[in-house]
Amino acid sequence: MSAPATKTSADPAVSGERRGSRRRRRKTIAGTTLWFWVFVGPFVVGLLVFSYLPIIWSLVLSFFEAYNTATPSKFVGLRNYVDMLTDHNFLSSLGTFTIFAVFIVPLTFVLALALALLVNQVKIARAFFRSVFFLPTACSYVVASLIWKLSIFNGVRFGLANTVLGWFGIDNIAWLSTVDPPWYWIPLVTVRLWLQLGFYMILFIAGLQRISPTLYEAAYVDGAKPGWQVFRYITLPQLRATSVAVLILNLIAAYQAFDEFYNLVGNVNYARPPLVYLYGISLGSIQDLGHGSAGALILAVIIMLVTLLQNRIFGFGKAGD
Amino acid sequence: MPAHVPNAGLSRRDLLKRTGSLAALAAFTAACGGNTGRPSSGGGSGGSKPNLAQWYHQYGETGTQQAALKYAKAYPDANVAVQWTPGDYDAKLASGLLSSKGPDVFEGHFNISMVKSNQVVALDDIMADVKDDFQPGDLATNTLDGKIYGIRMIIDPQVIYYKKSLLDKAGIKPPETIDDLISAAKELTTNKVKGIFVGNDGGNVMGGPALYSSGGEYLTKDNKPGFTGDRAAQAFGKLHELYASKSVLLGAPTDWWDPTAINQGLVAMQFIGMWAVPGMQKALGDDIGVIPFPKLDAQAKPAVYSGGWTQFVSAKSANVDAAKKFVKWLWIDKSEYQEDWSLSYGFHIPPRKSLAAKAAKLQSGVAADTVKLTQDYGYTDNPAWTPKMGTAFTDLLTNVIKKGADPAAEITKAEKTVNGELTRLFG
Repeated sequence: MSAPATKTSADPAVSGERRGSRRRRRKTIAGTTLWFWVFVGPFVVGLLVFSYLPIIWSLVLSFFEAYNTATPSKFVGLRNYVDMLTDHNFLSSLGTFTIFAVFIVPLTFVLALALALLVNQVKIARAFFRSVFFLPTACSYVVASLIWKLSIFNGVRFGLANTVLGWFGIDNIAWLSTVDPPWYWIPLVTVRLWLQLGFYMILFIAGLQRISPTLYEAAYVDGAKPGWQVFRYITLPQLRATSVAVLILNLIAAYQAFDEFYNLVGNVNYARPPLVYLYGISLGSIQDLGHGSAGALILAVIIMLVTLLQNRIFGFGKAGD
Repeated sequence: MPAHVPNAGLSRRDLLKRTGSLAALAAFTAACGGNTGRPSSGGGSGGSKPNLAQWYHQYGETGTQQAALKYAKAYPDANVAVQWTPGDYDAKLASGLLSSKGPDVFEGHFNISMVKSNQVVALDDIMADVKDDFQPGDLATNTLDGKIYGIRMIIDPQVIYYKKSLLDKAGIKPPETIDDLISAAKELTTNKVKGIFVGNDGGNVMGGPALYSSGGEYLTKDNKPGFTGDRAAQAFGKLHELYASKSVLLGAPTDWWDPTAINQGLVAMQFIGMWAVPGMQKALGDDIGVIPFPKLDAQAKPAVYSGGWTQFVSAKSANVDAAKKFVKWLWIDKSEYQEDWSLSYGFHIPPRKSLAAKAAKLQSGVAADTVKLTQDYGYTDNPAWTPKMGTAFTDLLTNVIKKGADPAAEITKAEKTVNGELTRLFG
């Protein structure tokens, strides 16, 4: 809505400049290319060596029986894929992920948006509030998990959560060891919320600040009531691009969950997201790189499909966003 | 990008400068990586001595790391660099053994896949003269097809220690059957103290002992699943009963292998290894008693898992002969170091009978009781039991103990994985 307007207004200037500089561009193109490679080259090399090569290699490995070796010789065709797709542990790890995503994605979305709206409204010490909420993003997942595990949610009477419950006469709860009811989800979800809310809040704040104040003025003139009505019909639609980005990033991050699960509950079959399971079979003491690679590629394909599907539904990156 | 990039042209000098720094960066990144823990070959006082890397996991007892360094330094015929590994040692070791950048000499636990993937070399030549000085179980757990692949460094029996005063006060005798153990745990539980600590996962570590105490085993002599009978199912069910009795400590800041829970008075009993005896004695004095994992019923015997660590020589080492010589020197010839390693920090049984017999610290009190229980009821790992089978067994335990799943159904699931592995290994 607002974007096409800026585009047309900028167009004449750009095309005018383009015409004037066409000659000079020819001459400098060699330099530009060089600079392009100087800046981009190291990252491309890094990407090739540390991302694409391993991906290709794991594709190769996934067709071999590869125990304790990265250079296997026994070709097994699609057997590893069949094994993984019929492995109830792998399937249940996908289930674990789904439960996790059901909790974490909407919660993060709503809370980050609420925080952004609040912080955006604050008139004094805005930078302070923004930093305070953003700060946990700088903390490592491992460190946060250990704090959650050892001091806040440990199962004995001197854990923080149990101390607080103790004031109300409630018995100690073994947060991370109880499967019925599944209390372990509380530490798992809260630690991620604490760590990532600030980041998504910043994204939303950026989105909020891009909304033109004239829209709010127009809405006011048209008689929209401040509060829910303005939020529902002005703010939320204007935040569409940001919202979609937050949803996609969030979902991918949830798929990649590893650190807090590994550090809080370890490799247990009732709360084992796909990455922890794959780590266990391929990089832990089992060292079954064939099945591990097949599983990793299956997971990659799932993430890709879900992202594409989301794209279709929400239309991320469409013109006008 | 706008077309008029400022200073898009590059002078020759600039270009040289930039490419030079890129080259420096490349050299720097090449220099990183490849940290094997082995001393670098250039310089040093070693002269022409070979370099060896020796890997350890992180022992909890203070002084162990210094001791390991001391032994390595004292070895005259090679430069031995010790790598002390906190965290997930098994994973680190597994990836280290994939390449020649791994250790030359390492500690670990033997299983058949190490031989199948050519990770370790046979040590029969250096073991030949001293074989009879080791316990048969410790030899068997490191032997495959008649060849010995590792030297036991320490024996770590895992048992249940309890505070005598608390049992006396409650008027309970030390448990003799699993049912006794469950009812004792219940009776000893108050609002401040739980009956027993068996690990934050609810007792997976007792799966092996429970299986053996029912008369079962991981694999039978002819390599078939040995955990499939009704009695095994019954034993796993008992572990669930214990977990569900609400008398088990869960969510402690430390896990079962650390005596902090019993030392701090969080529990009356704890499943733990003999290594923790010095730590417990320091905190609790003589107020400790020991029982083996109790028998399932009158038909069976108690069980003590006789774990420990074993020294191996990597088949990928560039200096296999030098590595073997070092291992022989440290774990066969230097008996004073073996004694120091077993007894000066935590308590472990020295694997050499000759040393164990004169270990003064293990002749009295709860340590002596533990040694006796190990002699009577000890069992060691079967080398054909691979990590993959172990994971399937752990999943079985988690489902039964924590989720209360039907043991027979879970056994069937684990059996499928184990049979798959057995087919892969033995055809």
